[in-house]
Amino acid sequence: MSDFVYFFTFQDASIAFVVIGITLLGIGSAYVGTYSFLDKKALLGDAISHAVLPGICLGFMLAGEKNPIYIVTGAFLSGALATFLTSWLKSNTRLSDDAIIASILSIFFGFGVVLLTVIQKSGNPEMAGLNQFIFGNAIAILEEDLYIYGGLAVLIIITLSAFRKEFSMLVFNADFGKSIGYPMGAIRLIFNVLMILAVVIGIQAIGVVLMAALLIAPGAAARFWTDKLGKLLLIAGAFSAVSGIMGTFVSFVIPQMPTGPWVVVFLSLFAFISFLFAPKKGVLSRFIARRYYLKKTNQDHILKAIFHGTEKGQSSFPIEEIYQSFPYKKRETKQTIDDLIKSNLLINNQGFIDFTTEGKSEAKRIVRLHRLWELYLNEYMNIAPDHVHDSAEKLEHILTPELEALLENRLNYPKLDPHQETIPRDNDEL
Amino acid sequence: MSFDQNAFLIILTASIISISCGLLGVFMMLRKMSMTGDAISHAVLPGIVIGFFVSGSQRGLEVIIGAGLLGILATLIINWLKNKAKVQLDASIGITFTLLFAVGIILINMLAYKVDLDQECVLYGEIAYLPIDLWITKAGFSMGPRITYLAVLNLVLVSTFIFLLYKELTLTSFDENFGLVIGLPAGAINLALMSMVSYTTVSSFEAVGAILVVALLVVPPATAFLWTKKLTSLIKLTCTLGIFIAIAGYYMAYLVDSSIAGMMVAVAGVVFLGSALVKSIKPNLLFGTSTSIEPLEN
Repeated sequence: MSDFVYFFTFQDASIAFVVIGITLLGIGSAYVGTYSFLDKKALLGDAISHAVLPGICLGFMLAGEKNPIYIVTGAFLSGALATFLTSWLKSNTRLSDDAIIASILSIFFGFGVVLLTVIQKSGNPEMAGLNQFIFGNAIAILEEDLYIYGGLAVLIIITLSAFRKEFSMLVFNADFGKSIGYPMGAIRLIFNVLMILAVVIGIQAIGVVLMAALLIAPGAAARFWTDKLGKLLLIAGAFSAVSGIMGTFVSFVIPQMPTGPWVVVFLSLFAFISFLFAPKKGVLSRFIARRYYLKKTNQDHILKAIFHGTEKGQSSFPIEEIYQSFPYKKRETKQTIDDLIKSNLLINNQGFIDFTTEGKSEAKRIVRLHRLWELYLNEYMNIAPDHVHDSAEKLEHILTPELEALLENRLNYPKLDPHQETIPRDNDEL
Repeated sequence: MSFDQNAFLIILTASIISISCGLLGVFMMLRKMSMTGDAISHAVLPGIVIGFFVSGSQRGLEVIIGAGLLGILATLIINWLKNKAKVQLDASIGITFTLLFAVGIILINMLAYKVDLDQECVLYGEIAYLPIDLWITKAGFSMGPRITYLAVLNLVLVSTFIFLLYKELTLTSFDENFGLVIGLPAGAINLALMSMVSYTTVSSFEAVGAILVVALLVVPPATAFLWTKKLTSLIKLTCTLGIFIAIAGYYMAYLVDSSIAGMMVAVAGVVFLGSALVKSIKPNLLFGTSTSIEPLEN
């Protein structure tokens, strides 16, 4: 607990620096990652983050120490080479995307491992610092490193915000952008540069293997909460920053713990919570919505069946007869009838089912919607009367009262549907 | 150079491992699941660590079972995210393997004092120690390097698997829906392939490390794919490449004194990029262009 207070009150200036740094780079990579997620190129980030390893090693070998400028430059160059090779292979060979990305990723990582072992055997005492690039250690970020990493993160955030229109065009419809005269090639180039930069600054804190998570997870998680790009970026940035700070805190409390894995665990936690519990798009709420819809359609079908019977002049409906008109679904039908009785739309009078007043009006509403839609399709879309039933069978459950009013108005309060059946209304005598 | 028994053993084992990986990799590539292979090889890490912790040694059956289970779990999570949670496929893969890998690294760090397993070993393995890691029978009789036996066993299992299910694997790789229509359990075949991939990853990780297994899974088939259009020659070429990579990788590593596994991948990379250059359709030096080409008809 005292660790918690010590960490979050920022008594130690270096902790404040680290937290600022991880927040900035978290937001930066979440921004870039969200765009590349929307571009359906999320795994390119994974390839780039593995591919910076040889560059880091080369930078280290040239500088002879852990010099941030050499390392950032080296990492950037090898990331750029990997990106270039990926797109070159895509346009010049018949390999599929995933094979290209997996090949580039593992080849570059292999080169990186070769260089890493060469450095290891050279016995350079600074070697330990290099290992941190594989799993990340945010606590070890020094103040002077932070100016470079933080500065680059701010650059990424500013560029992406300033040219939001251009980048969203790139992601959503690049051909449209080209056709109205935007230089899409240059925009993609800038975007790729930003993506590589985001990876380069992230590896110190997260590590090359797990950097992909920082690019992919925030966007994927945020996508479950909103459909607006602006909000999407904000939510993704928030997820990423919070996980970054929490991961840093863990590796502050347990010093030998690398930061990267914990950041990823917290990020994945946010992601899975979003996947499961997000309103509207989450698995749970979609499951509930589906259950509700199925229940409603079942109820509608029973009300309709009874109403059709009434239309044909039948006056009593034994419950067994209703079961028979929905073969092999006795349990479901019984459940639905019970629900309808509970919501006071039907009454069960000693095994005979009948409408209540509300039930009858509801049944009329459903049949009315069905027939209105059939008529609309027939009159306005010129669809033959024998082809309109299936569509109406679906739409009768979803049409809202507003749409109903609109249809009535358009069709001028019709009496008959295309099959010459009466369109029932609340005040007629049936 | 005189005959060096250690070099021979290392090259032999490396060739066997790359052949088993290549055989599976061909089908992974044809199914456009190379990245899933990548994901599985990262995701088995927690299984390895837990198995290691339970059994107390790398030789335990628990390690293989743990990793196998985690590999299948990763496949199931990816499928669940894609089909049930409607996350796009690339993001499902990215999230799943990073999470499982992160859990693995955390476990290694938490059990660091109880488990003789360091993260570098898991990441890039060390095939150079192979000749001293001997399988010694209870009678004290040395049977030769343990990892070689593991690799041979793995190769036998993988080739039996592919030999028995060759028709089914081919069919479901090219046209999964047709396979389903004629009554093949495509889902089960897919899961079986994934289990073989995770088993291969585990049995090879000591030698080449969890990440470089991916390279052996992906790069030789991709290289062979550039040269041929027939499945049988694709498989043959992949195996040949595997052997070549093992030989060239060993001697290159010997020259610069580096990780053998890493050098094998580097050699594979050079061959791959060279092939791509030779077989490329048109030179295009523009950065970031993405003119898609016609997909391969098979």
